Amino acid sequence: MTDAALPLSRRAPIREITAWDRLKTNRNWLGFWFMVPAAAFLILFLAYPLGLGIWLSFTDTRIGRPGEFIGIENYEWVLGDSKFQDAVFNTLFYTTIASVAKFAIGLYLAILLNHHLPFKAMIRAIVLIPFIVPTVLSAIAFWWIFDPTFSIISWTLKEMGWRTTNINFLGDTWNARWSVIFANVWRGVPFIAITLLAGLQTVPPSLYEAATLDGATRWQMFRYITYPLLTPIIAVVMTFSVLFTFTDFQLIKVLTNGGPAGATELMATMSYNTAILGGKIGEGAAVSTAMIPFLLGAIMISWFGLQRRKWQQGED
Amino acid sequence: MASVTIRDVRKAFGNVQIIHGVDIDIADGEFVVLVGPSGCGKSTLLRMLAGLENISAGEILIGDRVVNNVPPKERDIAMVFQNYALYPHMTVADNMAFSMSLRNAPKAEIKERVDKAAKILGLEKLLERFPKQLSGGQRQRVAMGRAIVRDPQVFLFDEPLSNLDAKLRVQMRTEIKELHQRLRTTTVYVTHDQIEAMTMADKIVVMHDGIVEQIGAPLDLYDRPENLFVAGFIGSPAMNFIRGTLGSGGFMAEGGFHLPVGAAPAGSDGKPVVYGLRPEHIRIDSAGVPAEVVVLEPTGSETQVVLRAGGQDIIAVFRERLTAKPGEMIPISPSLPIAHLFDAETGKRLVA
Repeated sequence: MTDAALPLSRRAPIREITAWDRLKTNRNWLGFWFMVPAAAFLILFLAYPLGLGIWLSFTDTRIGRPGEFIGIENYEWVLGDSKFQDAVFNTLFYTTIASVAKFAIGLYLAILLNHHLPFKAMIRAIVLIPFIVPTVLSAIAFWWIFDPTFSIISWTLKEMGWRTTNINFLGDTWNARWSVIFANVWRGVPFIAITLLAGLQTVPPSLYEAATLDGATRWQMFRYITYPLLTPIIAVVMTFSVLFTFTDFQLIKVLTNGGPAGATELMATMSYNTAILGGKIGEGAAVSTAMIPFLLGAIMISWFGLQRRKWQQGED
Repeated sequence: MASVTIRDVRKAFGNVQIIHGVDIDIADGEFVVLVGPSGCGKSTLLRMLAGLENISAGEILIGDRVVNNVPPKERDIAMVFQNYALYPHMTVADNMAFSMSLRNAPKAEIKERVDKAAKILGLEKLLERFPKQLSGGQRQRVAMGRAIVRDPQVFLFDEPLSNLDAKLRVQMRTEIKELHQRLRTTTVYVTHDQIEAMTMADKIVVMHDGIVEQIGAPLDLYDRPENLFVAGFIGSPAMNFIRGTLGSGGFMAEGGFHLPVGAAPAGSDGKPVVYGLRPEHIRIDSAGVPAEVVVLEPTGSETQVVLRAGGQDIIAVFRERLTAKPGEMIPISPSLPIAHLFDAETGKRLVA
């Protein structure tokens, strides 16, 4: 405004708009710079390690010796290795059973917690505890619970007179598998329960009232109202759960370290044991790279499950 | 179709009693509106009728059957909710068919009933849409369609027009009334809007603080409100209440002006009373009480004027256009021969 009072001659001469001027006012250019920090993080800590891992799987790198490109030799070795085949079976078994159990228990807990219970807030907080405790800590706790000599479960059963000997939780092939699944379920349920509870609370109570008047039983209300309205959130939470379970490492590492005799060896622990402990980085990288197709498969399934259903879309 | 009888019904949540003994008789095929300010218990009463709230004391009968302990689905009622409560993951057709498909009704019968309801409400083209893809008025119609498909003994409406804009509300009001005239199903309709109550009801039940203030036909309530609450609640703009005393010369307002009373109630000399005067029952009369014009609000069809006489504000509505300016004095007088007089202490209507 002050400018207007100045004599014409003192105004800055109007100059041509340069390419730089255009760039300065370009919103996409600005947006690009806002994205740089996040992108840098992702590239440095996600894309680079992923790329490096895939590259290493095509080399014969060992600890202390940079490797050379050897094509798919590592994969040929890995695919022919019965230990790898066992690890794939273990991982699929572990993921399937644990995910199904976590979903069933989590949904049940969520529905239970959605009712009016005394001390509701406190119970909800308690449910979260397994999720808050660091994995390694809870794994150590389970290690004690499953201890061959001092197991509290064996002790209780013996005190009650139901057994005379200790249960060999982690020393027997199937016992070990069920034990680690149990520990994983215990740890994973709160995440699913609390997320589904949040989903349940978005269902308007008047829908249940309308359904009551329409004559729906409690089961029909769950089947025809709660469950369909919950499917979008179930798809999200189960995708995450499957991915986390499939790549689980800490719990197995602490509880069994893949034992007994490879009965609980998952792909993640096998990769670590081969690459870091065994020193064969190329082969280890091939094992972990072999997880990618499985994970992609899980993501693809949820992608199609997750696609916004027609009823969620707005006016067209 | 059936009558509904509500006998001395009470409702308490814990120690807080919110409905204090309500008696209402609803005849077969009648359109009854429960009206009152928010918190008066009208919605709770409707939900008790629906079976969504239990009944603390008293009896509710649908037809000649006491339904106190009958579960909602066996009461043979259908309800339209304020937020419509449409199932978002079901199409319009599925929403309307839900109650029947729960009962495993034959597909052909479901289709026939849904198509019939859709035809009544003009929803034929929307049957495959989801609620998200509908406008507010259309959702409202689907909610009614869901009720019609059930072919219930009683329709219950819980403030069904509150979420609509003003214009649509007037339109839907007409549609609901027309629907009732066509189907003749007993209807209980809850609203806080006295205009909705006046325009739609065969019978209005005015509720306030958990009691029934008055039951009657719309025009009876307008012409002969039994107490100050009903007088002030029914009618828009609200009735003017002028405080004063009753004497041999008629009504003497606190501000020192007289108003004619017609026939004065017997034995009421010197009694403090409230003189009720509807804004539309005021006329300009050179022999009347001089009143100062405070604010003039022309609406086109009529002119609303805030007047001040003897220190009391009086709202008047004139059909003609006024040229008076704020600050001017105009003489006014009541245009009805009979005045509404209320006992200043009890608030009850005084009858001559």
